[in-house]
Amino acid sequence: MELIAFYIFAAIVTVSALAVIMAKNPVHSVLWLILTFFTAAGLFVLIGAEFIAMLLVVVYVGAVAVLFLFVVMMLDVDFVELKQGTLRYWPFAGLIGLAFIAEIALASFAREGGSTATFDASPGADTNAEAIGQVMYTDYFLLFQLAGLILLVAMIGAIVLTLRERPGVKRQNIAKQTSRRRDDAIEKVAVEPGRGI
Amino acid sequence: MDLTINHFLTVSAILFTIGVVGIFVNRKNIIVILMAIELILLSVNINLVAFSVYSGTISGQIFAMLVLTVAAAEAAVGLAILVVYFRNRGDIAVESVDLMKG
Repeated sequence: MELIAFYIFAAIVTVSALAVIMAKNPVHSVLWLILTFFTAAGLFVLIGAEFIAMLLVVVYVGAVAVLFLFVVMMLDVDFVELKQGTLRYWPFAGLIGLAFIAEIALASFAREGGSTATFDASPGADTNAEAIGQVMYTDYFLLFQLAGLILLVAMIGAIVLTLRERPGVKRQNIAKQTSRRRDDAIEKVAVEPGRGI
Repeated sequence: MDLTINHFLTVSAILFTIGVVGIFVNRKNIIVILMAIELILLSVNINLVAFSVYSGTISGQIFAMLVLTVAAAEAAVGLAILVVYFRNRGDIAVESVDLMKG
């Protein structure tokens, strides 16, 4: 039963990953990418790593894929033109892919089959999240903080890169507002009768 | 036959190869290149989690989370650079990035 589920998930992952790199429209690529990550989360659940699986769904499907979708739809690019001439890259790319697969197959056939002796997705705890929590905030505390720092730097970097001051845009300037005096704004004019200002 | 670590390593290897081939095939389209990099990082994650589970140690899953963090940060910064580049040039053709050869 587990094996059948694995083969279904593995087939979907492979097909959708191929569709990501072969789709004509990048929007379709993003949607296939979402399917790939979702199915990979299914693989993780199958092996017992539930926490990583949920993280994959939340972070990738919820944040990264939506970010990709935003950017793809925001940029006004002629994707048909971008796709032209990709056919001549295929022989070279296929050669490299074959080399990769051959090397990995060689390495895995040279070695004896894997064992299931120590199979345990959550050692030393009842649930997977508990097992992760027990070491993440103790043994790997500095790495955890470093990850937070990386996210902070990435956030600041993305904001600094994309923020721009456009001339002619009206926005609130609080310092200017509060330093405004009555004399700057109001003018007393003696209006002569019958003449107007 | 049981589900062994080799099953997961095979899926991971296939995914990695698809990602690498994707980078070469979509040389003009930097958005798809970024997506191919995400595929490669996903295959790394599958590897780490598989080894973690089959060796009975939790460390691999912690590292998978760190890879996830770096992947998210990389996607955010990469797409920000892409948006700035598009604003300046009006397209995202990768060939003309080296326009100002130093």
